[in-house]
Amino acid sequence: MKVIEVRNLHKRYPGHVAVDDVSFEVAEGEIFGILGPNGAGKTTTVECVAGLRVPDGGTVQVAGLDPRHERKALHRVLGVQLQSAALPEKIKVWEALDLYASFYPDPADWRELMERVGLAEKRDTAFAKLSGGQRQRLSVALALVGRPRVAVLDELTTGLDPQARRDTWELVEQVRDSGVTIVLVTHFMEEAERLCDRIALIDRGRVVAVDTPAGLVARVDAEQRVRFRPSAPVDDALLLALPQVREVSRSGDHVTVSGTGDLAASVTLALAGHHIVPADLRIEQATLDDAFLALTGRKLS
Amino acid sequence: MKKILLVEAKLHLRDVGTVVFSVVLPVALLLVIGSIPQMSEPDPAFGGERLIDTQLPSMMTLLALLTLAFTVLPAVLATYREQGVLRRMSTTPMHPGRMLAAQLVINLVLGVGAVVLLVVAGRLVLGTALPRLPVGFVLVFLLGAAALLAMGLLIAALAPSGKAAPLIGTSVMFPLMFVAGMWVPREVMPDALRVVSDYSVAGPFAQALRATWAGQWPEPANLVVMGAGLVVCSVLAVRFFRWE
Ligand SMILES: Nc1ncnc2c1ncn2[C@@H]1O[C@H](COP(=O)(O)OP(=O)(O)O)[C@@H](O)[C@H]1O
Ligand SMILES: [Mg+2]
Repeated sequence: MKVIEVRNLHKRYPGHVAVDDVSFEVAEGEIFGILGPNGAGKTTTVECVAGLRVPDGGTVQVAGLDPRHERKALHRVLGVQLQSAALPEKIKVWEALDLYASFYPDPADWRELMERVGLAEKRDTAFAKLSGGQRQRLSVALALVGRPRVAVLDELTTGLDPQARRDTWELVEQVRDSGVTIVLVTHFMEEAERLCDRIALIDRGRVVAVDTPAGLVARVDAEQRVRFRPSAPVDDALLLALPQVREVSRSGDHVTVSGTGDLAASVTLALAGHHIVPADLRIEQATLDDAFLALTGRKLS
Repeated sequence: MKKILLVEAKLHLRDVGTVVFSVVLPVALLLVIGSIPQMSEPDPAFGGERLIDTQLPSMMTLLALLTLAFTVLPAVLATYREQGVLRRMSTTPMHPGRMLAAQLVINLVLGVGAVVLLVVAGRLVLGTALPRLPVGFVLVFLLGAAALLAMGLLIAALAPSGKAAPLIGTSVMFPLMFVAGMWVPREVMPDALRVVSDYSVAGPFAQALRATWAGQWPEPANLVVMGAGLVVCSVLAVRFFRWE
């Protein structure tokens, strides 16, 4: 069942078009990614979904509600984590949770939520004194305190160190497992690949493709590369005879084979046939970055 | 709504500067200036009245309210807007207008606190009279406070940033204090300045406070100017207020 439906969304700012034509649907219970480079129009898109901006064209529905005219009902089913800091500097963690809980008719138990996002020890710490990761976790907790059906998380891990990022990813997965549908806005390929069930690739205000991460990667007939150090000399001809192989190059002891299809399997099989062991074997496969490049002709980051 | 009030009140009290400048300073000034001997001598330029009778406490009441309305209120609201606090709130079922209301209430309460302290401290330490027309005093106080807070709200609406807001507020506040008679009492002002004073909202507020303190009903013209200031500034503030 779909919880969000965006049709031909269009939004202009004075002088330029931020969102040209964006359509997608989000199904109940999934983590839906909106992936694209900075300035692609991701934030503008989700702000229209959250009722913070009025679209210049197209329609948006969230759980059957129109964000323009049914704001109050919308805000009960949709929790939002905005891209920038949004609390008074001196407010304490528990006060923020308690306050936001009071905004909703049937809020979650904020103490439990505080535990869940790992901020119980920071209960009495002022917002300004929290680290980037702690702020983001508080922000996620605030987005969830009204027991929303859908949570929009915008650039959740931007600016976090790798450990904090992984912790935050785990939190997002837990939230999804608790039954909340998640719209995750990001410009990190790795984040989208790891978390999302489906992804809308957005570039210059347009949706380039909507698919699962694997589906997007499979669309690119991108070249793969296999690199290894053979245990005995290998003849180029042996490898070039394989239909998957396009090119063989060498540097020092290492051999790099480029090609398509199930390249790695066929190369290792051929080597095994000649009793050669590929040491230091490394396989470079296509990623969402490659998919983005192939679909738009531009790099994601 | 109760919770916003509670949390915002705590945040104000956590900011020691707010309380010191808006509440403690006027009371301290009243006591320090009031203990200068000349202040307690009947002044012929004042029709024989002593400066500590109505002029000084009224001016300190005005100082407390001007500080709240022109620095505290605009600084908090413009900073909240700049940091996205109001925007964040507008993604919840609670309208950020409630935050505005909470700020107005808290500043009014701080103002009431300041005036109660001024009246009590003046009575106990300096032996000045309590306002002789208490009902009139309370009504004048509420009308004047509302008018000044509306002016502060307008500054918050127009200020480009959280830092700019109190700067703009202060640069409006000092001229207002001057024309209201903080340094040159209205009685000894040149005619032209007195005309400006009479239309400055702060001037009529000071006069009306002094009148009720002395036991007289204020000049209707003073009330009209305050009422007009309240209405005009409220309408403009609502018209120009931006949530983000
Ligand atoms: N409030 C605004 N006024 C004018 N232009 C804006 C505003 N917000 C964003 N933009 C512009 O709109 C485009 C899309 O921005 P945004 O939706 O924030 O992209 P993303 O989130 O994908 O980085 C950018 O070119 C950005 O500069
Ligand atoms: Mg963005």
